Amino acid sequence: MTPVLETRNITRDYIAGGIVGGRRIIHAVKGASLSVEKGKTLAIVGESGSGKSTLARILTLIDPPTSGELLIEGEPIDISRHGVSKAMRRKVQMVFQNPYGSLNPRQKIGDVLAEPLVINTNMPASERADRAMAMLKKVGLGPEHFNRYPHMFSGGQRQRIAIARALMLNPSLLVLDEPVSALDLSVQAQILNLLADLQDEFGLTYVFISHDLSVVRYIADEVMVMYLGEVVEQGTREAVFANPQHAYTQALFAATPRADVASIKARLARRALQAAG
Amino acid sequence: MALLEIKNLTVSFDTSAGLFHAVQGIDLSVDAREVLAIVGESGSGKSVEMLAVMGLLPSSATVTADRMMFDGKDLLGMAHADKRKIIGKDIAMIFQEPVASLNPCFTVGFQLEETLRFHLGLDKDARRKRAIELLEQVGIRDAEQRLGAYPHQMSGGQCQRVMIAMAIACNPKLLIADEPTTALDVTVQKQILELLMGLQERTGMGLIMITHNIGVVAETADRVIVQYKGHKMEESDVLTLFTAPTSPYTRALLAALPDNATGDRLPTVGDFREAAAP
Repeated sequence: MTPVLETRNITRDYIAGGIVGGRRIIHAVKGASLSVEKGKTLAIVGESGSGKSTLARILTLIDPPTSGELLIEGEPIDISRHGVSKAMRRKVQMVFQNPYGSLNPRQKIGDVLAEPLVINTNMPASERADRAMAMLKKVGLGPEHFNRYPHMFSGGQRQRIAIARALMLNPSLLVLDEPVSALDLSVQAQILNLLADLQDEFGLTYVFISHDLSVVRYIADEVMVMYLGEVVEQGTREAVFANPQHAYTQALFAATPRADVASIKARLARRALQAAG
Repeated sequence: MALLEIKNLTVSFDTSAGLFHAVQGIDLSVDAREVLAIVGESGSGKSVEMLAVMGLLPSSATVTADRMMFDGKDLLGMAHADKRKIIGKDIAMIFQEPVASLNPCFTVGFQLEETLRFHLGLDKDARRKRAIELLEQVGIRDAEQRLGAYPHQMSGGQCQRVMIAMAIACNPKLLIADEPTTALDVTVQKQILELLMGLQERTGMGLIMITHNIGVVAETADRVIVQYKGHKMEESDVLTLFTAPTSPYTRALLAALPDNATGDRLPTVGDFREAAAP
């Protein structure tokens, strides 16, 4: 089966500096190759500056890569030369980290959801409204929300709206850039459940960008770890979590706070010892 | 005697939609040498109650309490001028956004020395010497050169280190850390938590850690208060909280951790309310 998403040795350089001071080339992504099968989730893990968001912009056809190949459903795509067609746009959609910043405050929710259809299809207005209403229900909101503005919603509800908008064009690939890191723990659980349900129902493929390893362990099939633009580790979730190979991945695991009882007991014992000595 | 003792604290805000009660009758106390974590989601009132202690709330807020004692002094009846001598000196606070908490127009050294001048009245040489000492204490290399750096020239983790240096400049008896690592990468978070815990152990100050991150609670707290919509749900020592939580809300919160997921779906607070209903 052709993978929904495939990249071969993608790189992206930015030029920094210019008029004053020397020009420097920053290699934001240094050769990323990946492939994701239909219905699967690839998690990209890394810290700020690791290049994971730059890679996301390339995968969602916002920016072209400097070099390398991008294939979506087996079809090579080069937006620097041919631009992006509406058909391509429909295949890939994105959900952003901050649900407060990614919705237009002056647009009603019904219009937010219909907008992708206005831009990318010739659907009549009545059908657009029907589709928007149906999608609203799908993500756990009600018809009473249709005519409300974004400020009337909580962070979790806004993220549901952003997910609904991304699904309006029936994409095959959804790129989610830290979709739950701005949310409270209990809301995070609801959104992760919603994403799992939608993936099952529509056979969606996810690229899930996160720095939270506990979320990644829960949601991912495949894991890719990036550090300073380089892919330092890549494998199935089981392999990466059971036996991390690269020193950075190991450091990342060691830095993740532990909330199990044995670790708490060990810490309290250490602390008591320190207080006594 | 507790270092900080608060009884029946309420905070309400005057909004266009009427009074909003952010904190509704919270009791809390923290001892010297103790780490108290206050856990809750957004809207639980956890930050607001500490801002009330610091006197940093806007004028639209009304704060009442039966008792608010710090180190044997009554904070409620205290004159503003007297309070200023305590706040920033004996009680210090660090915030979530280290880059936004520093003034972008002044060097790190200037901002650090300002605290030393105001509270301790040190002269120029002594201030500089102490500022270098503090930066070294919080693990900033080349401290002497870094005094001349502006906040934008430093990373988020370094800015948080500077904030911590400012907070501990006058050897506070109580440090309040409001989500000190939320904006930071996980590897940097670990370094900052280790720094804070190390300082707390060495100086014996009381530490209040405000967080929504259960992992941070597990890694730092002696005692924990769980809050929800301005009410205290539970108060227990850290081990009891994780082994035998008494409130349904705490149980729901722990169950919602992806680490604790057993099946295909994560339990949510909503599921818990349904299960708890008769």
